[in-house]
Amino acid sequence: MERNLTLIALFAALIAALGLIPKFTLGFGVPITAQTLGVMLCGTVLGAKRGTLATLLFLLLIALGLPLLAGGRGGLGVFASPTVGFLIGWPLGAFVTGLMVEKLRFASLGVTAAIASVVGGIIVVYIFGVIGMSYTLNKTIPEATMLVTAFIPGDLIKAIVAGAVTVALYKARPKSVLSRV
Amino acid sequence: MISLNSPIETRAHGWRAGPKLLGLCAATMVLFALTSLWAHMAIFAMTLGIYAMAGTTFLRFGLRRLRVLWPFVAIVLIWHAVTRDLEMGSVIALRLLSAVALANLVTLTTKLSDMIDVVRYLAAPLRRIGVRTMQLELGIALVVRFTPVLAQKGTYLSYAWRARAHKRPNWRIVVPFAVLALDDAEYVADAIKARGGLE
Repeated sequence: MERNLTLIALFAALIAALGLIPKFTLGFGVPITAQTLGVMLCGTVLGAKRGTLATLLFLLLIALGLPLLAGGRGGLGVFASPTVGFLIGWPLGAFVTGLMVEKLRFASLGVTAAIASVVGGIIVVYIFGVIGMSYTLNKTIPEATMLVTAFIPGDLIKAIVAGAVTVALYKARPKSVLSRV
Repeated sequence: MISLNSPIETRAHGWRAGPKLLGLCAATMVLFALTSLWAHMAIFAMTLGIYAMAGTTFLRFGLRRLRVLWPFVAIVLIWHAVTRDLEMGSVIALRLLSAVALANLVTLTTKLSDMIDVVRYLAAPLRRIGVRTMQLELGIALVVRFTPVLAQKGTYLSYAWRARAHKRPNWRIVVPFAVLALDDAEYVADAIKARGGLE
């Protein structure tokens, strides 16, 4: 009980902290904000239910006015901005990612976590993101999709990283990787 | 933890958070229903006027927070310049700026504790059906407390990395970072249990 709560809270804090630490590169010299990586890890490490709750808790704190998004953004304004859909997609994205890691056993944990991150952390999140952008900017869905495609390669790399990190965490703290306990 | 609250005390700081949030909802719905350029120009001017009422420092503070929107405003205006429908483009851009500026205004003038009170109020029906919302409040407190702690630890990790390697930290640094979060979660869970737990 206590452990569920603290893991959810600490992963919400982890998403925030990933936006605060000095940027690191993905090896191709592309600096990234690692917050979507944090969302993927919520799913792959905490599983569907707790991963969703961690992202919801994070979004609640954003709405309450804490500057937890990368670049010190936060507050109610981000829920009126064009990227709102991506944020709304996070909880469901984490849920789908977590569910896939919990249920799919046909491949190794790393491969499963990476695939789950692509489906949950990219496809699901982008569906919401594109809808949000099409609504706020008054563009059709294909037009809005065009505006965000530039970010997909970076997110694909993050999904692979999420797979690798999940395997490493499972080796380091097997009991804490709740999606496989 | 620094919140996005304005350091400048305005009159709106004293208003209740609930009505401010309801007003924001209503204003945003109106913004998305209106399609006239003149109306949007008037609303945006009015929004800036509200900021200006609290002084020029507050206005500049508010404008700085809108800077993240410039790429989107630029894309929309260029897009609609190309499709020769600049009026529509201006409506979309102004609506975006007003909606975000108004939402920021509520955040700037509402204390974190007042916002948490709204959450507690909204969670009351859940309490009645037996959900323990104490956990929600403890969760909020834990995130507020541990975000700076984790950020600090992450910064130390990247210093340690630089001390050992020539290259900038890469994604591998996420592993010890997440391990730290997992360990902290276990320690805090034990600490809460030792103090009588959540029951």
